[in-house]
Amino acid sequence: MAQTEAELLDNPVAGQPTLILRSPDFHSITEAVAGPVEGPAPIGWWLYFIPALALLGLLGVAVSWLFWEGIGIWGLNVPVGWAWDITNFVFWVGIGHAGTLISAILFLFRQKWRTSINRAAEAMTIFAVMCALLFPGIHVGRVWVAYWMFPIPNQMSMWPNFRSPLLWDVFAVSVYGTVSVLFWYVGLIPDLATMRDRAKTPIRKFVYGFFALGWRGSVRQWNHYESAYLVLAALATPLVLSVHSVVSMDFAVSILPGWHTTIFPPYFVAGAIFSGFAMVVTLMVICRTGFGLEHIITLKHFDYMAKIMLVTGSMVGFAYATEFFTSWYSGNPYEGFTFMNRAGGPYAWAYWTMITCNVISPQIFWFKKARTSIPILFALSIVINIGMWFERFVIIVTSLHRDFLPSAWGYFTPTIWDVSCLLGSFGLFFTMFCLFVRFLPMVATSEVKTVLPQADPHGQAGAKRESRGHHAALPGQPTPEGAS
Amino acid sequence: MPFDPLRSLSAMPLVNRLPTGPYYGILAEFATPADLYHACERVRDAGFTKWDAHTPFPVHGLEGAMGIRRSPLPWIVLGMGLTGAALGFGMQWWVHADAYPLVISGKPYLAWPAYIPITFELGVLFAALGAVFGMLGLNRLPMHYHPLFRSKVFERVTDDAFFISIESWDPRFDASATGKLLESLGARSVELLET
Repeated sequence: MAQTEAELLDNPVAGQPTLILRSPDFHSITEAVAGPVEGPAPIGWWLYFIPALALLGLLGVAVSWLFWEGIGIWGLNVPVGWAWDITNFVFWVGIGHAGTLISAILFLFRQKWRTSINRAAEAMTIFAVMCALLFPGIHVGRVWVAYWMFPIPNQMSMWPNFRSPLLWDVFAVSVYGTVSVLFWYVGLIPDLATMRDRAKTPIRKFVYGFFALGWRGSVRQWNHYESAYLVLAALATPLVLSVHSVVSMDFAVSILPGWHTTIFPPYFVAGAIFSGFAMVVTLMVICRTGFGLEHIITLKHFDYMAKIMLVTGSMVGFAYATEFFTSWYSGNPYEGFTFMNRAGGPYAWAYWTMITCNVISPQIFWFKKARTSIPILFALSIVINIGMWFERFVIIVTSLHRDFLPSAWGYFTPTIWDVSCLLGSFGLFFTMFCLFVRFLPMVATSEVKTVLPQADPHGQAGAKRESRGHHAALPGQPTPEGAS
Repeated sequence: MPFDPLRSLSAMPLVNRLPTGPYYGILAEFATPADLYHACERVRDAGFTKWDAHTPFPVHGLEGAMGIRRSPLPWIVLGMGLTGAALGFGMQWWVHADAYPLVISGKPYLAWPAYIPITFELGVLFAALGAVFGMLGLNRLPMHYHPLFRSKVFERVTDDAFFISIESWDPRFDASATGKLLESLGARSVELLET
């Protein structure tokens, strides 16, 4: 099967790469996407949903205990004041970035292959941002005064410090979450209308109808809609680049060796896209096989995503090398020590795990066989995300654990509650994603239909009309009806 | 005339006004995007103004075939974005120079380079809100009731069917002649809809 599919994709018709296989009509696309949402949940869905829900329960326990007892239940302490909490935060924000890249940046570059995966990738972004927002929220300790992070007039007449990168981060990630939800919802409106029009039960008709807002697919509506979508894509593109840049400034603006470096913003953005695409591949492999969408999410899509992972993986590899060069070239002994300690100190195991997973393993994507092999893609996507989690751990913990005074050195060991919070955040992510594929169309059908050949009014179907004598009138040119 | 809240609401430009009288208009179904495209050109050239086409996905170039102008939405977004950025910068300046002046790390009260990230983020936030709510406003959405939803075939507009609807208050509308015109343009079915 895989071989035939690869062959099909290698023979593009008329110079256009084939994006959707089995040449379906419009209705069969609707059927393929809306069908699984309407039928009873397949047994495989429960196999993902129940463990995810269990992990979400674990998160509930871990967070409740954290609120009750305080952040002392985690393994972090002076000198490692930030550990898994901020590692998890940066990891999850990074995951989200591929979703915005696929939905916004590839849209601006007119990359039509994005249409099959953009909806699920945007959903992934929102759930990843939810997980990301959780960690800075709970790591403040006294969570009941977390509202101090926002500029809300209060009885203390006190305001936050807008000159601090930590506050930039609050704004960047909150705005990012909000704009991602708006972008995703706008994209969903036409498909929610599809669900409304297909609904058989009154409850489904009401709920989908309510959120579809009375969409009629009118061209006057599409005109404003497409304008809004383009504008949102144009806004989300600089936004996504700014968000991870601001996240990196949490570190780069400090004076700590290992953090204080100008390479961080581009390096963090590349790493974010790298890990995010790996997560998209993980999820898309599961969705495609689980819901029989092999003809919509094709090997071509995985081929493109593997190429992006190869590029961004090599970019982070280059950034790792540049950091070492800079620390040597600066002649600063503290900088030099930090990086030698990273690669050869007590956390060398973490550093070399990171190098193996992030730099060496994606090099297999130079080979087309690997880029179009589902098992290799699936395995590597998980390896890459392990590597990217370790990247954030290495940056945060190895820079903190040995600072200027050897008497203040330490070694961070996680507790069971650190592990519970990390696993629990995966529970939150996968629970949300399972609910998404269960209740919402996971492929943007109204966008996939536009890349079918028959969607073009000037394509083959149009030529057939013209041969019957109904020649198209040029705009402004009078016709018999117009003259009468 | 007594005050009628419903009437005054529908007089607002943002609320979609529907034709009064016995008929909403005529709904015609076309088989393919190409058929619809050519039919739209003819309806446009016939001089109709209160009409629309309905498709399951945006058909490339159909706005031109219908003679619709570009959406003014980007201007709304620009205005909102600049407002958000100005408010964001003003808030930070006011807080640090007036409401809560405090020297932190020796930075001046108007440390404008440090205000740029939040200025940018709030500009984007306002612009995105302007894009979404501006789009909904221009489209007169949400509008959960519409006479078109009475048509059974219209349920497929979000699946694989293509329609032209001509509203009855168009000056050129004539229940039988307009129907015949749409049939002559290759309509699969033509339906007269009540209000």
